[in-house]
Amino acid sequence: MSENVVEVRGLVTRFGSHTVHDGLDLDLKRGEILGVVGGSGTGKSVLLRTIVGLLKPAAGQVRVLGQDIETLSPPAREALERRWGVMFQDGALFSALNVRENVEAPLRAVPDLGPEQRRALAELKVSMAGLPWNANDKMPSDLSGGMRKRAGLARALALDPEILFLDEPTAGLDPIGADAFDRLIVELRDALDLSVFLVTHDLDTLHACCDRIAVLAERKVLATGTMADMLKIDHPWVHEYFHGPRARAALTTGRSKESPDGNQG
Amino acid sequence: MTSSSLPSEHRLTGTVSAGVASLSGDFSVWTLARAKQLIGDARQIDLAGLTRFDTAAALLLLSLQDQGVTLQGLAPTHERLLEAVRKSVPTPDPAKPVLRGLRALLDNTGRRVVRALRFLTELAEYLGRFLAALARSIRHPSEFPLIPLVHHCQETGLRAVPIVALMSFLIGVVLAFQGAVQLHEFGAEVFVVDLISISIIRELGVLLTAIIVAGRTASALTASIGSMKMREEIDAMRTLGIDPDMRLVLPRILALLITLPILTVIANAAGLLGGAIMSWVELGISPSMFRYRMIAETDVDNVIAGLSKAPVFALIIGVIGCHAGMKVGKDAESLGAQTSTAVVNAIFLVIIADALFSIFFAEVGI
Repeated sequence: MSENVVEVRGLVTRFGSHTVHDGLDLDLKRGEILGVVGGSGTGKSVLLRTIVGLLKPAAGQVRVLGQDIETLSPPAREALERRWGVMFQDGALFSALNVRENVEAPLRAVPDLGPEQRRALAELKVSMAGLPWNANDKMPSDLSGGMRKRAGLARALALDPEILFLDEPTAGLDPIGADAFDRLIVELRDALDLSVFLVTHDLDTLHACCDRIAVLAERKVLATGTMADMLKIDHPWVHEYFHGPRARAALTTGRSKESPDGNQG
Repeated sequence: MTSSSLPSEHRLTGTVSAGVASLSGDFSVWTLARAKQLIGDARQIDLAGLTRFDTAAALLLLSLQDQGVTLQGLAPTHERLLEAVRKSVPTPDPAKPVLRGLRALLDNTGRRVVRALRFLTELAEYLGRFLAALARSIRHPSEFPLIPLVHHCQETGLRAVPIVALMSFLIGVVLAFQGAVQLHEFGAEVFVVDLISISIIRELGVLLTAIIVAGRTASALTASIGSMKMREEIDAMRTLGIDPDMRLVLPRILALLITLPILTVIANAAGLLGGAIMSWVELGISPSMFRYRMIAETDVDNVIAGLSKAPVFALIIGVIGCHAGMKVGKDAESLGAQTSTAVVNAIFLVIIADALFSIFFAEVGI
């Protein structure tokens, strides 16, 4: 399985005179969990936003599921957008709707889906994201940070996407909550056959669930590979990142990867 | 919504023969209705030809399985998805008993009464906190927040002068004009002076000023304290040993107490000026005549009655604004909600207090 669901080639993004990416190449393979790391301001979230079409690249090409979002007609673009799900940092739930209605929102695009089925599906997604039944009727403001992220994940999964984009899924969670979230991502990937693009700072998350890691630095992808590959890289920032005291702690005492998989080349 | 609006890539085909429905193609949330139609009342479903299978389809199959339908030919990955969905189908919590009819009415009324009473006790608490902070600052003058006080006097007082003066001037004009039309019928035009001076000095000047200030300042108080509350600034102040009552509540309410009477005097003057000009233009009552009748007929009691309400209104507006600000939660929505409730409550309570004042003055005969 080496089909690329996301292909980024020669990407250039600029804000005014500030160049964030300059000739960036990146692939996401079907069925893998790719962790994107990098220092603050290296444009991890910008990359995610560019891939899902929220930002327009200055140059270069982004192909998702074999299609270039820039060149698509609006209906085709909509159809493509339904094949991925995005979870934003703080869930980005619609504050006027409760959790169930939030998850139902994308399902409203489906014709011929009755209100009862929509409700049952939304409740299933809420439960799959690991939220208890009584969370359905809660408003986003009544949820803790971790629950908001889970609700955001449930909404991202509403239409059974093929690709899941996660922006800092474990930021701001306590270690137990972060651990549970890592496991949830792997479980969902296995169950729903997802490809996951994961922007993170969390070394434990990288250990626990990422099949491959891409390091963003110097305006491009500096290196990609498994955790073992990362440890061998000589670049000062990469070395510092993966050999610092936190990294060593994560490596030795950290949560081990639970599901060995064979989709890497 | 019709099935013709389905995106073209979602195609599900199927045949039924001898009670076995064979589906092939895209069995997903997009083709759920079609799948139901194809399956009909078949007791066995063959799923070997599926290219896409999602949780919505899995949920449908699970409910069919419960009805005794058997599945066959499911690909291993699809089987895995079916199992994952089976594991996470939520079990609903037992529904809470819902009260109906008279009991629901009583329950609701009781809750509202308790909430209203609690609101009033909390207002009393904030009044108390303000008075305590005031007393403390008298005992320890060095702690008195003078600079914030001056700042808030400027915000709530000086900045409100143009709008208050203009509004009051126009009310004076309207009163003179309307009064003139009515009193002209009796040939009693000169009584328009009494009408204008008593109504403005006693009632309208202070009431309208308070309403404008309630709209301007109660919302500003709630927004400023509320956004501090939202960002945990108030908790930070407490941990640093800074008393929020002293730094936030005291200068704001005190500024209102100082500026509302001054604004009332300005409003009175502007209203009388507007009335006098209109009387002169419309009825030919010269300014000196206006002044003479006003001094002769309008008792100084009216001024006292009018101005004595100003500090009470100021306290109402300030306490409600600060209380609502402190009630703001962690999200921006509650900030907006509290701001609008603060304005509504402040105006409402100002008018109620005005009515109570009227009854009181009538009883004591001022």
